[in-house]
Amino acid sequence: MWSYALKRAGATGLTLIAASIIIFAFIHLIPGDPIYVLLGDMATPDQVDVLRHRLGLDQPILFQYLRWAGAALTGDFGRSIFFQAPVLSIIADGAETSTLLASITMVWVLLIGIPIGMLAAMRHGSWLDQGLSGLAMLMASVPTFWVGLYMILIFAAWLGWMPSSGYPSIFEEGGLGNLRYLVLPSLTLAAPNAALILRLTRASMLDVSREDYVRTARAKGIRPWRVVTRHIFRNALLAVVSAFGFTFAALLSEAVVTETVFALPGIGRLVVQSILRRDYPVIQGVILIIVVLYMLINLLVDLSYRLLDPRVELQ
Amino acid sequence: MSTRTMAWWLGSFARRPVAIFGLAVILAVIVAAILAPLLAPFDPSAIDPINRLSPPDAAHWFGTDQFGRDSLSRAIYATRMALFIGVGVVAFALVTGVPVGVFSALFPRLGHVMMRAVDVLMAFPSLLLALGLIVILGPSPVNSVIALGAGFLTTTTRIVYGLTLRLRTETYVEAARSMGSRTGWLVLKHILPNLISPLLVQASFVFAFAQLGAASLDFLGLGAPPEIPSWGNMLAESRTFVTRAPWLLFFPGMMIVLTAFALNVVGDSLRDRLDPRLREMLGSER
Repeated sequence: MWSYALKRAGATGLTLIAASIIIFAFIHLIPGDPIYVLLGDMATPDQVDVLRHRLGLDQPILFQYLRWAGAALTGDFGRSIFFQAPVLSIIADGAETSTLLASITMVWVLLIGIPIGMLAAMRHGSWLDQGLSGLAMLMASVPTFWVGLYMILIFAAWLGWMPSSGYPSIFEEGGLGNLRYLVLPSLTLAAPNAALILRLTRASMLDVSREDYVRTARAKGIRPWRVVTRHIFRNALLAVVSAFGFTFAALLSEAVVTETVFALPGIGRLVVQSILRRDYPVIQGVILIIVVLYMLINLLVDLSYRLLDPRVELQ
Repeated sequence: MSTRTMAWWLGSFARRPVAIFGLAVILAVIVAAILAPLLAPFDPSAIDPINRLSPPDAAHWFGTDQFGRDSLSRAIYATRMALFIGVGVVAFALVTGVPVGVFSALFPRLGHVMMRAVDVLMAFPSLLLALGLIVILGPSPVNSVIALGAGFLTTTTRIVYGLTLRLRTETYVEAARSMGSRTGWLVLKHILPNLISPLLVQASFVFAFAQLGAASLDFLGLGAPPEIPSWGNMLAESRTFVTRAPWLLFFPGMMIVLTAFALNVVGDSLRDRLDPRLREMLGSER
């Protein structure tokens, strides 16, 4: 296990270094002088000189990268052009919204996806199975922002059950009650991902139910429900665990759109606004943090998968 | 396409009403794109300020937008953008993914390095990668294709790589090799023909997800310029009027859903017909 973990962590580390080079290159790939890309068009000559010296842009590119990566490791992601503040503190402001949105969404995804996927698999081939699978396919084909806009229209504008947009922190007035601002966005974001988990749970249950040990269990006369819960479901869940990393990435990507629709003060909306404001250091910082998070989650998923199923070999 | 592949292709739809529906939707989109000037009742950019935001009626089936433009005509013309994005992204993914995947599988030493590079690209969630590329390239329809295509380059390469590795060990490939076939001949005669069916499946899914991705880019104002009719642009514009004119959102949204659903259903039916050993490679999702 330990050698597996070390190898896997090493591979993640190497990939991260390579990814960080791409993210570093991002600023240099944007047309124009990187100094003006970083400072904006309104920069004074004094500012330009100071930053050029500070970043060592007259130095070799490898040296610049090491300097940038070293700063990033200590949490210095540069300064936002728009806010005139450190990038890290601006990203931190959006972290609460985004973390809560992702967590609540994940709860919906699992609550909807796993039981319905199980149901479809247990009724394999029936009209119920076909209906549910078709529904999942439909849910995966719907643009999230479109669902979001109709959610706002129906549940906020017409029925008035939920707030339509924004999100005040749970640490401000209203406390945990403020979570109701996240009900519609999280359901919107959950729909396509729940569809994914539903299909995966179903497919994986069907795969496992063809295994020899399931036939043996049935032949021994174990009650059908027990075979499903103890023998099939437990093993089928492995595939769902391995989809966690992927689901998380999809969630982060789609959150960009969902947060924009619901005007949530999260990291996703920050990316979109920063693109429109040409606030490149913020974009770079967000991409870096998301890629690191994504890689770490994938590493954790792989390691826990290995713990759950020791047969897995490193490729 | 050989007659055998054709028969396989058609057989996938024979006993599936949903799949036939999917195929019909795709054909309808293609016909609408070609015949748009004949089918559209109005000029898609003709402004009529007096009739702005009017609900669907006999003259304007889908209603009119905030400039009084006919929503149905815009939706019909938008099929062109949808096809452009879909075909473009699929072509981009295939043109980059197939050579890299086949090459990496046949020449493991260099191939290993190339596949690690693909892994690095996979570390970027796809929409985030697309947004980053749009920042560098600037928003335009062609750049939407490149930005979205980059995300599917990785999945396509991995699939082609896995399939080629598997095909390489098939008896007939080894036999051909032992008889002294050149690598180029081997690829043309034995590898590529066997990749067609699984890649057809992959292409329909990529086409579907490209529609959703492009709609997101358009909606965020980072895709096609607003004057070009696209379903995503129509949704982005009518968003402000959601309470006053909810029908404006309905039709373009339904077009996206129908198109993406049709492609997903078609891809799913094709996958079920696939050789089970190859199906495993495609994974059960996306």
